[in-house]
Amino acid sequence: MSSPIVKLIAQRIALGIVLLLAVSVLIFAGTQILPGDVAQAILGQSATPESLANLREQLGLNQPAYIRYFHWLGGALTGDLGTAMSSGQDIATSIKGRLWNTLFLAFWAAVVAVPLAIILGLIAVRYRNGWVDKLISGLALASTSFPEFFIGYVLVFFFAVKYQWFPAISTVYDGMPFGERMQAIALPAGALTLVVLAHMMRMTRAAILNVMQSAYVETAELKGLSAFNVIRKHAFPNAIAPIINVVMLNLAYLIVGVVVVEVIFVYPGMGQYLVDHVTKRDVPVVQAVGLIFAAVYISLNIIADIGAIVANPRLRHPK
Amino acid sequence: MADTKAKPGLLLDIRNLRIEATVFPPGEAPKNIVLVHDVSLTLEKGKVLGLIGESGAGKSTIGLSSMGYGRGGVRITGGEVLLNGRDILKGGKEGFRKLRGREVCYVAQSAAAAFNPAHKLMDQVVEATLLHGTATRAEAEKRAIALFKKLSLPNPETIGERFPHQVSGGQLQRVMTAMALCSEPDLIVFDEPTTALDVTTQIDVLAAIKDAIRDTHVAALYITHDLAVVAQVSDEIMVLRHGRLVEWGGTRQIIKEPRQEYTNALVSVHEIEHAEQKPGATPFLSVKNVTAAYGGSNVKVLKNVSVDIYPGQTLAVVGESGSGKSTLARAITGLLPPEEGTVTFDGRPLANRLADRPKEDLRQLQMIYQMADVAMNPRQTVGTIIGRPLEFYFGIRGRERDKRVAELLDEIEMGKGFLDRYPAELSGGQKQRVCIARSLAAKPKLIICDEVTSALDPLVANGILKLLLNLQQHEKVAYLFITHDLATVKSIADSIAVMYRGEVVRYGAKSKVLTPPFDAYTDLLLSSVPEMEIGWLEKAIKGRRMASAGN
Repeated sequence: MSSPIVKLIAQRIALGIVLLLAVSVLIFAGTQILPGDVAQAILGQSATPESLANLREQLGLNQPAYIRYFHWLGGALTGDLGTAMSSGQDIATSIKGRLWNTLFLAFWAAVVAVPLAIILGLIAVRYRNGWVDKLISGLALASTSFPEFFIGYVLVFFFAVKYQWFPAISTVYDGMPFGERMQAIALPAGALTLVVLAHMMRMTRAAILNVMQSAYVETAELKGLSAFNVIRKHAFPNAIAPIINVVMLNLAYLIVGVVVVEVIFVYPGMGQYLVDHVTKRDVPVVQAVGLIFAAVYISLNIIADIGAIVANPRLRHPK
Repeated sequence: MADTKAKPGLLLDIRNLRIEATVFPPGEAPKNIVLVHDVSLTLEKGKVLGLIGESGAGKSTIGLSSMGYGRGGVRITGGEVLLNGRDILKGGKEGFRKLRGREVCYVAQSAAAAFNPAHKLMDQVVEATLLHGTATRAEAEKRAIALFKKLSLPNPETIGERFPHQVSGGQLQRVMTAMALCSEPDLIVFDEPTTALDVTTQIDVLAAIKDAIRDTHVAALYITHDLAVVAQVSDEIMVLRHGRLVEWGGTRQIIKEPRQEYTNALVSVHEIEHAEQKPGATPFLSVKNVTAAYGGSNVKVLKNVSVDIYPGQTLAVVGESGSGKSTLARAITGLLPPEEGTVTFDGRPLANRLADRPKEDLRQLQMIYQMADVAMNPRQTVGTIIGRPLEFYFGIRGRERDKRVAELLDEIEMGKGFLDRYPAELSGGQKQRVCIARSLAAKPKLIICDEVTSALDPLVANGILKLLLNLQQHEKVAYLFITHDLATVKSIADSIAVMYRGEVVRYGAKSKVLTPPFDAYTDLLLSSVPEMEIGWLEKAIKGRRMASAGN
């Protein structure tokens, strides 16, 4: 590890921080331009002008927007995400458990989906343009094309209702034994896997096929390597950068895009939490969840960039 | 067959080899074409057979058939390939895999592309040996280091720890030769192993390959389009054309007493008689003390370069890759604004940056590139491509434009029938001619030719040079001719600038530059050009005064 690579990585991280700050401004501004404000929302339509003014004073809503922004940002950076209007609970405490649940679900979906997608991609390249390739590509495309709620209900119909292997409702609670927890998330994790699989698999296939045209792949074939070893040892290492990118995009989706799946399986994750509070117009919660989702998205993309930089031997071993 | 028993000492016996491929011409049904028509050859153990011909002659295809390999859907449809007495075409996939990298190894044209950028050199060099289980890793690495030494690579003990991008092109080519030798094969197929190298580096690699072949007693098929090169290393030479055998004989016979007309055409020296023009009173384009670097870096690619170009004359810029030849062209055209110095045109300074130059200045300087096929839009017809400068610079449209395009096509010796063709339907030489017509359409004072003949077969390149000289007489256009090939320089130049590491080391009229006494670098450059003479290589290596930079 030497200076150019460290410099590049530092640049990415700095860029990510700048980007996150910009997003926080957007989130804050977005919630500000909505009609009405928090005081109005709390007191409802029957509020008198006096009570509104009092509450605004109390909540600090009379201060200029930029002061409120820095106040909010300062709080968010120190772990204070404010208080939910609808329930009066501390947002950070209620999010903690749900974020953990979402990450747990995303983690296990990724553990299945990422290796499966890459292996299927490798197999598709090995038997490219043959029936194996077409079968893999076709099934993967089909599973992605179905809306996730449809896949969710199909899974529920077969595995929860007909065979009763897994529960239809993924209730989890603190202190739940690991085995039971895994059983509870099996169906939502399965649905998520099917949703993200094709994208990663097709990108793996395309990235490796692109490299298969290279002269060094011919060199490997002329050394007598078997077709699968040519792909594994010589094509795959040079196709890593685009694959990491698409994997990270899908990981981000697993965390921030699971709203529908969480709702179907009534899973107590971030998505459900967000949907609940959007319907209640609970602005502080929407801001907090938005900020967390943005942070997850940006961090995963930074990891993808860093992965691509580290995977490049020219940067890893300069002249 | 009754006589498949091999003669003793015979390593490779190819009989009536027939190779076909399916092509997909645009707008037509796919059709079968025959690439190799019933070619037979034999090679004894420890001997070297040179396969020579233009591109499309089927040399590589025949070479690869000894490994049962067809590039890009090419199929072996007939004949036998007997290696060590058995027909490898009957062995199936499993049989091919067992002989590839074990009995027969391959050295590719561009080692820089043929090495996997993701793995260390040593891992790649010993890979085939370990795969076929002929040695343990420790033994294989010891063997590889010994080969690195034999091929006079620097730091043989540690060079294997490096990655391909950390090693120069000439060194990579030698590492690739070591890779082929490492599994101790019976036969190595060298596919244009020195073509991509600078002339000064080529000679070292050639000598290293020759020594390695001699000391390891491996047999080789040496494929090249350069007869002078193959004459240095091979015992016998086979001349091929359009997938058919033209002539096959001992090296001395082929280069001294060729029996076929085509061989004779290849052997004869293609020097064009070109009388040097004396420089006129005033140059129309002067480069004065130009210094340039890429991306504000401290490495100066051009150092204080000054040259003059006179109306209707040719300045040739010669040097090896990385000497700054193309960068000089970029500085003149404004693609790379110089840090210091000026470019004057018709007595007034040209704006440094391309964006600051008026259209008229752009019109006066045109460029032709090495790779004609990527310099044209593949979705435009020849007529559109040549007509574009007419519309852009002169606003000529409609019938008048078509008339002018037809005239230009005539000037480049291509008929009107090409108007509606797409670049993909043209041969390499025709593509370059279209690029020439496109640059002429702007009626420029100067055309910068950047290695315009390097990618072409010698006979085709010769035609292009003659065309350029004719056009110069008619149109009074000047050329800045960038090349690494000294034979080309002799044919076309009026004055010559020799560049080395960003500096002009020798500059003047052609006759003056090419007359001794030489400076060390010009001497190296001149003495490195292969001559069609048996034993030239040894003589040239002995007589050298400085080592080449690619080493």
